[in-house]
Amino acid sequence: MSETAGRRSGGRQARLGRRARPQEAAAVAPENLVTTSANPDGPVLVLACGALANEIIALREQLGVTDDAMVLQCLPAELHNRPGQIAPRLDAYLSEHRHKYSRVLIGYGDCGTGGAIDKVLARHEAGRLPHAHCYEFFATTPRFNEISEAEIGSYFMTDFLVRHFDRIVWEGLGLDTRPEMLKTYFGNYRDLVYLAQTDSPELQAKAQEAAKRLDLRYVYHKVGYGDLTQAIKAAADV
Amino acid sequence: MSDGEEIILRDLNDADLVEQMKDDLYDGMAEEVHEGTQILLERGWDANDVLTEALVEGMRIVGIDFRDGILFVPEVLQCAGAMKAGMELVRPILTASDNKTSLGTYVIGTVKGDIHDIGKNLVGMMLEGAGFEVVDLGINNPVDNYLAAIDKHNPTILGMSALLTTTMPYMGVVIEELDKRGILKNLPVMVGGAPLNQEFADAINATSYGRDAAVSAELAKALVGKNR
Repeated sequence: MSETAGRRSGGRQARLGRRARPQEAAAVAPENLVTTSANPDGPVLVLACGALANEIIALREQLGVTDDAMVLQCLPAELHNRPGQIAPRLDAYLSEHRHKYSRVLIGYGDCGTGGAIDKVLARHEAGRLPHAHCYEFFATTPRFNEISEAEIGSYFMTDFLVRHFDRIVWEGLGLDTRPEMLKTYFGNYRDLVYLAQTDSPELQAKAQEAAKRLDLRYVYHKVGYGDLTQAIKAAADV
Repeated sequence: MSDGEEIILRDLNDADLVEQMKDDLYDGMAEEVHEGTQILLERGWDANDVLTEALVEGMRIVGIDFRDGILFVPEVLQCAGAMKAGMELVRPILTASDNKTSLGTYVIGTVKGDIHDIGKNLVGMMLEGAGFEVVDLGINNPVDNYLAAIDKHNPTILGMSALLTTTMPYMGVVIEELDKRGILKNLPVMVGGAPLNQEFADAINATSYGRDAAVSAELAKALVGKNR
């Protein structure tokens, strides 16, 4: 044994050197504190998950609403894998910008935050999309329940997740560097259920390829925008 | 991660080896943690000391950084895998030994209709590290599975997990059944899972709500009076 033998430069210190600790300012404010005020003459703000940007822009165009009347701001879709950060980020954004807007629609479901988003809504007089997550509001509740009950081992994907499968799912879960984790993540699933917003043969082929890589059976449902359409309509007041 | 630096673990003295093992556990390096555990045992370390000073302490740091948003689930799973690699060597020795410092048996399972187990598995790993003997019922458990496990293992705590808003109410069904049978008054029930919160846990009369794996392990220790 040598007292001069060196150690690897890994571990926590190396990690903390690469990445700053989250700032205290990101903490959520007390629940009963209304932190912002509205501007009755301002535009509508849709503050959404980046995974919904294409769909919200498409609906805004379909409804003939200008981007001056309905402003879209998005948080990174990568928060899909880190839901604990969603509510603090929404809270921080609204604390700074809420006063510019007449109404605010948060473009998230509960998204695994355990009600934390709803507490942010209450503080900023905002609404959010219905249901627990985008799979349910795209498919609508009856159809989502029907699919889930038919196969409890359903892993859901949307157009966005299919399009960005490598970045959000494969790399996001670290499967690019640790492929041996595949069974840990997906071993209990049986089906990859693609809930398609658009009718794209290219995305269907990508979804089939994703199912193959995850070792899941491929299931396809064209569901469109589901309850997102009504939520955007209501926010735009058209 | 260590950028592939090659070092010889056997060349390290005990103190440096333990520090290196904690770093390697943090970096999810299962083979290295396994090797470090083997070396400490060969050097005559008590298995319980290897567990607490290297493995549990390493996982405790992981738990803190998970709680603080520095590490995320994929990384924590890799850390857990590394800890498991060390535990494989330590567990049989502890099981055969009189020098066990078990905090009791913790029965844990994902509820009926739900196949998600990543969070539950992390909790199980943290609990094992904290000193509980964990009985894992797996996924999709109806109330009868919990009752049978309680009957068989006489646990100190029961834990239930759910990831779906559609399955989390089933936790309430299980708790009601435990109450009806008079089991609840003597058995703390912990619940956890992404869509849950404290209000839900209170509403279904759970003893406590574990926001994440690290918090759950701390709460479990507190429930048995071993918070440290």
